[in-house]
Amino acid sequence: MHTKKLLSAACTAALALLATGAQAQISGNTVKIGVLTDMSGTYSDLAGPGAVLATQMAIEDFIAKEKPAFKVEMVSADHQNKADIASNKAREWFEREGVDTATELVTTSTALAVMKVAKEMNRVALMSGPASTPITNEQCNDVTVHYTYDTYALANGTAKAVTQQGGKNWFFLTADYAFGQSLEKDSSAVVVANGGKVVGSVRHPFPASDFSSFLLQAQASNAQIIGLANAGADTTNAIKQAAEFGITPKQQLAGLLMFISDVHSLGLKNAQGMYLTTGFYWDLNDETRAWSKRFFDKQRRMPTMVQAGQYSSVLHYLKAVKAAGSDEAPKVMAQMKKTPINDFFAKNGQIREDGRMIHDMYLVQVKKPDESKYPWDYYHVKQVIPAAEAFQPLALSRCPLVKK
Amino acid sequence: MEIFGVPSALFGSQLLIGLINGSFYAILSLGLAIIFGLLNIINFAHGAQYMMGAFVAWIALTKFGINYWVALLLSPILIGALGVVLERTMLRKLYKLDHLYGLLLTFGLALIFEGVFRDQYGISGQAYEVPDALKGGVNLGFMFMPIYRGWVVVAALAVCFGTWFMIEKTKLGAYLRAGTENPQIVQALGINVPLLITFTYGYGVALAAFAGVLAAPIYQVSPQMGANLIIVVFAVVVIGGMGSIMGSIVTGLGLGLIEGLTRVFYPEASAVVVFFIMVIVLLVRPAGLFGKAA
Repeated sequence: MHTKKLLSAACTAALALLATGAQAQISGNTVKIGVLTDMSGTYSDLAGPGAVLATQMAIEDFIAKEKPAFKVEMVSADHQNKADIASNKAREWFEREGVDTATELVTTSTALAVMKVAKEMNRVALMSGPASTPITNEQCNDVTVHYTYDTYALANGTAKAVTQQGGKNWFFLTADYAFGQSLEKDSSAVVVANGGKVVGSVRHPFPASDFSSFLLQAQASNAQIIGLANAGADTTNAIKQAAEFGITPKQQLAGLLMFISDVHSLGLKNAQGMYLTTGFYWDLNDETRAWSKRFFDKQRRMPTMVQAGQYSSVLHYLKAVKAAGSDEAPKVMAQMKKTPINDFFAKNGQIREDGRMIHDMYLVQVKKPDESKYPWDYYHVKQVIPAAEAFQPLALSRCPLVKK
Repeated sequence: MEIFGVPSALFGSQLLIGLINGSFYAILSLGLAIIFGLLNIINFAHGAQYMMGAFVAWIALTKFGINYWVALLLSPILIGALGVVLERTMLRKLYKLDHLYGLLLTFGLALIFEGVFRDQYGISGQAYEVPDALKGGVNLGFMFMPIYRGWVVVAALAVCFGTWFMIEKTKLGAYLRAGTENPQIVQALGINVPLLITFTYGYGVALAAFAGVLAAPIYQVSPQMGANLIIVVFAVVVIGGMGSIMGSIVTGLGLGLIEGLTRVFYPEASAVVVFFIMVIVLLVRPAGLFGKAA
């Protein structure tokens, strides 16, 4: 009896090996995707549960269309915007749970921490949420992809367009931490390069709720443009209070990082007329509308660029795993970099050697309330910024991987 | 003209802004001071109750079309009633224990309340319009003063001084103060002390909700709005002297002014200046500026 059992087990094992022969290099015959995001804090509306949903959608679509011989699983966790929590979780996933890639990672500090762990453990890190440029400059490595946007592209979109349209005098309202300072620095450079002038700036504590003092300083500067180098609730509160104090529309605001979730929460009445740069708008064409409608049916909100980018990055990753026949980081990365990205999110998108995914960005203007015809009809697309112009050129890269 | 290198117009406007923010601090710290002074509970849920006050106003307007003026009354009543339920079912059991138990319980409640609202409405917040009658502003010469902000100062100060008057100058206030000093004797005089205490907690909570409704047209109505404010308000209470009614009002306004000026001269420090003052006050006068040494 005992021998019989052993024999049948051996046969099953042999059969299983034969069946999966083609994917012999995929560990455990399972690709496991970890979504590490802000599930409950400041960024949970723009990333968070919506990013988890986008990942699920990518996995379902991949399985339905590509019919892979391997299994795909997802795990998710809340990094609470803390670098130590993020890196501990990523390590646990890589070491003990067989996770192949850590994804999303909104908040620069968590992204920088996790990409180091990924490098050490030789796994892939896919970033759809964080904004700062060091990810593909000083801190870059060969297992990280920075997918959706960065502060360079934001500055290059909004600050450039506003300056070129005659907004020459700028005053910055800046969140006093790494992200705000980097956004102010990148934007100032763009303003000056386009013939504008920065007449001053004020650094506000992060987070802040009352901006009246800072706004009055911006008002006293008589600058034409008040650049908001902050994000989330800081930006929305500043915009709301600028209207209250009669600062807008005499002076114009430029939101240097705004998501559609911010515009939604402000309402068009408060946000109208503002320019912003985005990597994705749900109402761009039939393809984006079709995907966004599926997302909306489950989430009851339209996707942000982070959530759409999350779907695209995960799908691109899974296709690369299938094509490479391996879940080993170097092979998957090589495959991802050599394959152009063509889906509803990006046309001819490409991952460069510094890990930057370059794709077209969009300069949009927020509609007036009477121009909005249906729910979430928020933007006029003013300009498509071609991939090559939107992001920092490789020639300027400070990434050690880029041969000079 | 310049004052310390800052144009006088900017200086004047910052003083006014400081006064406006100070009135929020005053009304919130007043609620905390009453609850601590009369119940000995450190009400960490105060920020969440302020947030819920704002949300009730927003829900009343968007779902039921109930306007700001009604909400200004309705929201404190509803949230105050919730406070009464909390006091009857939970806080009451803690009065004989250390302060810490009350603090932990109310902290837990605050997390639960914020979690529920975040789950329902997301984190980005909701916009609440300034009521029509208070739209626009007046040019004061040195600044453009939104009428609504002026109204906030008037309403907050009226409620603060009304409360102070009730506690310090009326018979009901005398019962309250006596009831907390020596409940047995007051009870023996035929006064229902537990009911008085329940009422007090409900009133303190209602003050938080009232501040929430005042805040709704200025800030985004968001689950985190209270959490961001509560630590500063606690510092105000400590500086004023835990439990001191007048102390909380005066320090609330004063610290608002100091914070406003810091934003002109050294904006980066404006988030910590209150705590800096708290440290100094605690070193010099451990019971706070208006507190009685125990």
